[in-house]
Amino acid sequence: MRIEARILLLLGLFFGIMCAVYWPTSNEDGGSVMMFGAMLLGFLPGGYYYYWSRRMKPRPEDRDATQEEGSGFVGAFPSTSIFPFLLGMGAWFVVLAIVFGIWLLIPGFALVLWAFIGGTHESRRGGQR
Amino acid sequence: MELTPQSPRDAAGPKRALRRVRNLLALPIAAIVLSGCTLPSFGAFKSDTKTGQSTYHLWQWFSVGAIVIGGFTLLLMAYVMIRYRRRSDSIPKQTQYHLPLEITYTIIPILIVIGLFVSTVVVENKVTANPPTNVKIDVNAFQWGWKFTYPGYNAVVVGQTTQAPTMEMPVNTNVHISLTSSDVIHGFYVPKFNFSRYALPGVDNIFTFDAINTGTFFGQCSQLCGLYHSLMWFHVKVVTMSQYKAWLASFNTPAGIAAAKAANEATNQQTSTGVATKNAYGGS
Amino acid sequence: MTDLLDPPVVVHGDDHGHDEHHGPTGLVKWLTSTDHKVIGLSYTITSVVMLVIGGALAEVIRAQLISPNNHLVSLAQYNELFTMHGSIMIYLFAGPFAFGALANFVVPLQIGAPDMAFPRLNALSYWLYLSGSITMLLGVFTAGGAANFGWVGYAPLSNAVNTPGAGADLWIGGLLLTGFSAIFTGVNLTATIFYLRAPGMTLFRMPIFTWNMLVVAILILLAFPVLTAGLIMLYADRHFGTHIFTVSGGGVPVLWQNIFWFWGHPEVYILALPFFGMVSDIIPVFSRKPMFGYKGMVFATLTIAALSLGVWAHHMFTTGTVLLPFFSIMSLLIAVPTGIKIFNWIGTMWGGTVIYSTAMLMSIGFVITFLIGGLTGIYLASPPLDFFTHDTYFVVAHFHSVVVALVMGGMAGLYYWGPKITGYMLNERLGRWQFWWLFIGTQLFTFPMYLLGLKGMPRRIAVYLHDPSWANLNMWASIGAFMIGVSTIIFVINCVYSWKRVPAGDNPWDANSLEWFTTSPPPHHNFYRLPKIRSERPVWDYNHPEARALHHGEDHEEIHDMAKHV
Repeated sequence: MRIEARILLLLGLFFGIMCAVYWPTSNEDGGSVMMFGAMLLGFLPGGYYYYWSRRMKPRPEDRDATQEEGSGFVGAFPSTSIFPFLLGMGAWFVVLAIVFGIWLLIPGFALVLWAFIGGTHESRRGGQR
Repeated sequence: MELTPQSPRDAAGPKRALRRVRNLLALPIAAIVLSGCTLPSFGAFKSDTKTGQSTYHLWQWFSVGAIVIGGFTLLLMAYVMIRYRRRSDSIPKQTQYHLPLEITYTIIPILIVIGLFVSTVVVENKVTANPPTNVKIDVNAFQWGWKFTYPGYNAVVVGQTTQAPTMEMPVNTNVHISLTSSDVIHGFYVPKFNFSRYALPGVDNIFTFDAINTGTFFGQCSQLCGLYHSLMWFHVKVVTMSQYKAWLASFNTPAGIAAAKAANEATNQQTSTGVATKNAYGGS
Repeated sequence: MTDLLDPPVVVHGDDHGHDEHHGPTGLVKWLTSTDHKVIGLSYTITSVVMLVIGGALAEVIRAQLISPNNHLVSLAQYNELFTMHGSIMIYLFAGPFAFGALANFVVPLQIGAPDMAFPRLNALSYWLYLSGSITMLLGVFTAGGAANFGWVGYAPLSNAVNTPGAGADLWIGGLLLTGFSAIFTGVNLTATIFYLRAPGMTLFRMPIFTWNMLVVAILILLAFPVLTAGLIMLYADRHFGTHIFTVSGGGVPVLWQNIFWFWGHPEVYILALPFFGMVSDIIPVFSRKPMFGYKGMVFATLTIAALSLGVWAHHMFTTGTVLLPFFSIMSLLIAVPTGIKIFNWIGTMWGGTVIYSTAMLMSIGFVITFLIGGLTGIYLASPPLDFFTHDTYFVVAHFHSVVVALVMGGMAGLYYWGPKITGYMLNERLGRWQFWWLFIGTQLFTFPMYLLGLKGMPRRIAVYLHDPSWANLNMWASIGAFMIGVSTIIFVINCVYSWKRVPAGDNPWDANSLEWFTTSPPPHHNFYRLPKIRSERPVWDYNHPEARALHHGEDHEEIHDMAKHV
């Protein structure tokens, strides 16, 4: 976890330095803003990992652990679910609506809503078994 | 399982290989150094402008570098591919790190890059410098043609697609080109001047041509600008200063004024309607 | 010696705990599966179909350019052709193949995870990718034709005045969908690699491919939102009356280029790094040595990622509106980590036992072709040289050297991991034929284009009747392109021919990383057992405990001494 934090923080730092060099020397704001955003995107998760890496013991995957130490429940992995497909099709209809006609928003949003409700419900059950 | 011992021949392999590579490289390098300024063109134009020629020399030296580095790397590749092809199923020595070597091939490329960057900046400053001059030409790109106006003079040249308008300019003089576009982005590209620049709507891009040879040079739009992009041609005609002045003066006659006026109106009409020249290349 | 080996243990995470997974089959399985292997296979098939479509368009382009004044297609059709060729290859083939197809399949296996961190999000990524691809291709069937402003969609050519019609809107819509697909894949890969590694699999024991995918995932998260934002702005300009990229309303056209390339240059590395990773996994296996300079390789990848966000404007040197030296030095510096990678690959083969399987041949072809593309890229990093090669065939040749090298890397990956994915070997003889057609075709295809660019042939022109002498070189380039087409046909024949012919077994290549420790194809939730992980080659260490990797200065003698002491 510590290395993850370090990588992200270093990337953020590098973008920050580039931003500091670029902004005053160029007459262009777009790139500077985007580089500033890139810096934040490095610092935000990097800071999170750094915070937790100081408060956690190294996980089995961060040290010379044996496989037994990692045994146990890792998480629920739903084996099959129709809702990603429905959500994807809903998003597709929404995008097609901006080209082929606004009426496509109706089936689009209906599918998205169905997928959100169904998917959330499925998660609460802990995945389809 | 027993590890296969490395034979003495194997151990000597890398060093000998390096020596062999050095010998192979020595000849072309010596040839290049001895020939001095008569480097091959590596496919590029020698350029008919002074700044274009410094670009050309930069190109030559970059090419020498690329061929030396690329050749060296390819020789190494060929060497390992032939020398270390499978001969037995024994497991080779499992070397994973050689820090001095790794540092070497990090430092050397950095030094090369610094060298390339310094030479780039020197040439770049020559190419992008705009020394003061009083010969100025305004270039306006539109779909799909060019309009050349000469501030302070009546001269206007305009033409679309294969009509290929001709921009006249004097030789051995710095000429400021002020480039802009009235619709989409175009590319003002004169291959034999080793130069191109975007024509951006709303931006005046100013750069300098300093032609050293007279003649007519072909130019073409290089940035995709729509249907007739392939045919958005022009010519640059480099003439002596006296010929250039005579040419400018020819627009002061009544006939010249009328021609310039007609050209102006034609552009306005055509740019607003987007009508293109009649040619064999039907739209859809 | 025995302490090097842990007895393999039953792995965590399989809450079913049975050999067989009972689930739906057929179409329902394909629609509902959240298994990363099924999704990875769907991605692979879809993106290879896109490669074939994009390649077919390329052949039409090359056929048009054989003669100076060809009327095979009209000017308008030509603009649509190269736009769709570029868009399909970059957005719908290279990216999804790189970070969707093989990564999806291989990354969880390489780190010993039962699945991706968010299986349903993973499935959503695929459906967004598929629907986005269809959306973009639908443009061909609309009245005004497909998008025709180049794959870069430069404003103001791409606005509603200059390019009216549904084709352009479908292009934007398709990119929005595939863009979100990429972002979700980036989230998923990052979370998987950060949280689902097997015990003992520290970051510096991950195979280079997984490392590169982690870096790619981070780059996706940094770059793709910018493209999505840009596309929404472009759409707003087209339909909602904003003037972000049009001068008449106070907008700045160059802003689109800044936004596009701020995504577009990291995208180049998003495309390239996965293939670097594939090759970095394949070369050690077929040299029977560890990756030379493993840590240097990781740092080189991270350096490329960091630098890649600071080089976007080298695509814009000729706009006259960018800071030339800054972008020049940044772009030149990227050559350094790339060079380190190439030397590391050579170092891996040095002293090894090089086995010329198809995967290895493709990898070597990749390295050589990429070297050529990289060296010509150095020219383009120098503004004065870029001024006269920009938007000519020199640039086209440069990035085709690069991307066709990536295709070779991808083919290497398919020959290498194909047996793991399907359980059956691909035919090696046909593979070698494919390699030679592809490799020779590529060089024959790119070299004339470099020369054409230097002679002043701009890109994206359908006719060149003012200088018919270019026809000769164009003919050679077209022959090369047709050879690449033949190689693709050989690949398709090989896939059909090899189907269910020679079973692969668990570890046909005597390979290094964890995916070769399970069955081919792997069971549901991937592993029944895992070996002890103490290096980036756990499976090699398990199979060859006596041949572990040596550190600098270490020699075999020392190991023998140590063994005596033990």
